[in-house]
Amino acid sequence: MFDSLQEAIDEATRAGLSLGELALRAETAEGLRTREQVEHALQRALDVMRGAVARGLEGDIRSVSGLVGGDAAKMSDPKGPLAGTIFTEVIAGALAVQEVNAAMGVIVAAPTAGGAGVLPGVLLGIARRRGLDDSALVRGLATAGLVGAVVAVRASLSGAEGGCQAETGAAAAMAAAAGVELLGGTPEEAGHAVALAMQGTLGLVCDPLGGLVEVPCVYRNATGGAIALAGIEMALAGIRFPIPVDEVIDTMGEIGRSMDVRYRETAGGGLAATPTGRKLAKERLVQIKGKKKSDA
Amino acid sequence: MVSLLDIIGPVMVGPSSSHTAGACRIGLFTRGVLGGQPEAALVELHGSFARTGTGHGTDRAIAGGLLGFAPDDERLRESLELAEAAGLRITFQNTKLRGEHHPNTTRITAEREGRKVAVVGSSLGAGRILVTSLDGFPVEITGGYPTLVVVARDEPGIVATVTQQLAAEGDNVATMRVSRRQKGGDAIHIYELDEPPSEAALAAVRSVPAIRIVRAVDRVS
Repeated sequence: MFDSLQEAIDEATRAGLSLGELALRAETAEGLRTREQVEHALQRALDVMRGAVARGLEGDIRSVSGLVGGDAAKMSDPKGPLAGTIFTEVIAGALAVQEVNAAMGVIVAAPTAGGAGVLPGVLLGIARRRGLDDSALVRGLATAGLVGAVVAVRASLSGAEGGCQAETGAAAAMAAAAGVELLGGTPEEAGHAVALAMQGTLGLVCDPLGGLVEVPCVYRNATGGAIALAGIEMALAGIRFPIPVDEVIDTMGEIGRSMDVRYRETAGGGLAATPTGRKLAKERLVQIKGKKKSDA
Repeated sequence: MVSLLDIIGPVMVGPSSSHTAGACRIGLFTRGVLGGQPEAALVELHGSFARTGTGHGTDRAIAGGLLGFAPDDERLRESLELAEAAGLRITFQNTKLRGEHHPNTTRITAEREGRKVAVVGSSLGAGRILVTSLDGFPVEITGGYPTLVVVARDEPGIVATVTQQLAAEGDNVATMRVSRRQKGGDAIHIYELDEPPSEAALAAVRSVPAIRIVRAVDRVS
């Protein structure tokens, strides 16, 4: 894959291809997998994403600790100024997948399990609104994968290494690029969507209560989806982010490397270290251990 | 090289690609190298696996792997109960492994039909794993390929013999590594292959007098 998103954008532009198509060609050029195999795997990922959204929206789900679950379903009846728009649908989808994840249900790590709600929320939301078929969505996933691959090489895709900016932040950037292409934008616009989304998550810490992928992860996937939508809208409107996209990605990596270990998935800082965060984690972890004992 | 499918994937049971999917794969690998379902296993959890493993279902994921469940198998959730029902006794213990280890590491000692294996494996993130020790031998196994494990007397020509037998059956070696605990003792050979080794090649390798142990392990990722 590519280690510079701008290089990929330039190559796609020269060849008259979308980033998704370029990614599919690059993936199969190595000869490890055929085009059919790659598309089949991405179609399966899409099916699992769709299943997870549907499962989460049923509303009867509880996480292993009991801290989260049932909130996605509340978004089925939104009350705010954006009710009835794709915005609430994206938030509901992202919450749904992440609630399923927290309950040990089946999801697609995209790029990680902790950030797994953003892509399905955004892409399936757009597809439903615009009546896009699965082959378009498979190409969208390839676009997202290409962006994620560049972020993996230049920065990080791990909360333990780079904080949440490397998980839901990376997922928002990936979803923004894919969303732009699904809506007919150019590779150049997709690149700006990545930069515009990612600048909004720079510095975002990973601070899960008790180290569990529950709070705030479930909600952070929803806000990650909202940031992706903002990136898509700005880029398609012709807004150009002045810092080149690769430099924005590098910045995320640099901030991650200098981030205190308390903010990198250790539950030592942020919301995890608040009095209530500590109390809830203590109660819930005791509950999990107790549950196991009674099982045995 | 980062693959698209490393980024969009794996399909897995939540909640954490490193604490759940990777942990399951280490269990699966242990089962593979043992040649079937263990009767008993000691699972020692190190570092972050010990600290936050319970909340992430790391115990259930490893138990599921030992039962032969893949990372996307929903039975992982009930694997502790299923293990008990299947007669697989698992003891979990927090530990601090000596030496340098990745924060997400486990040592699994599993037994089956009087045979015992000890696997030290780390979960590197995004579901990728690295097995760093097998029965005390230092190794580097990713589980991304069908893997042939051979333990043989440390004497000249054994590697050539094994690769000849594989080549004779058309089995291609992708990567290879030989290590030993001390000179003149046993050596371990790890062959990562493009396809699972053929029965004929395995039989031929088994018939070499200097070779004590031959195990073919399916890819786990």
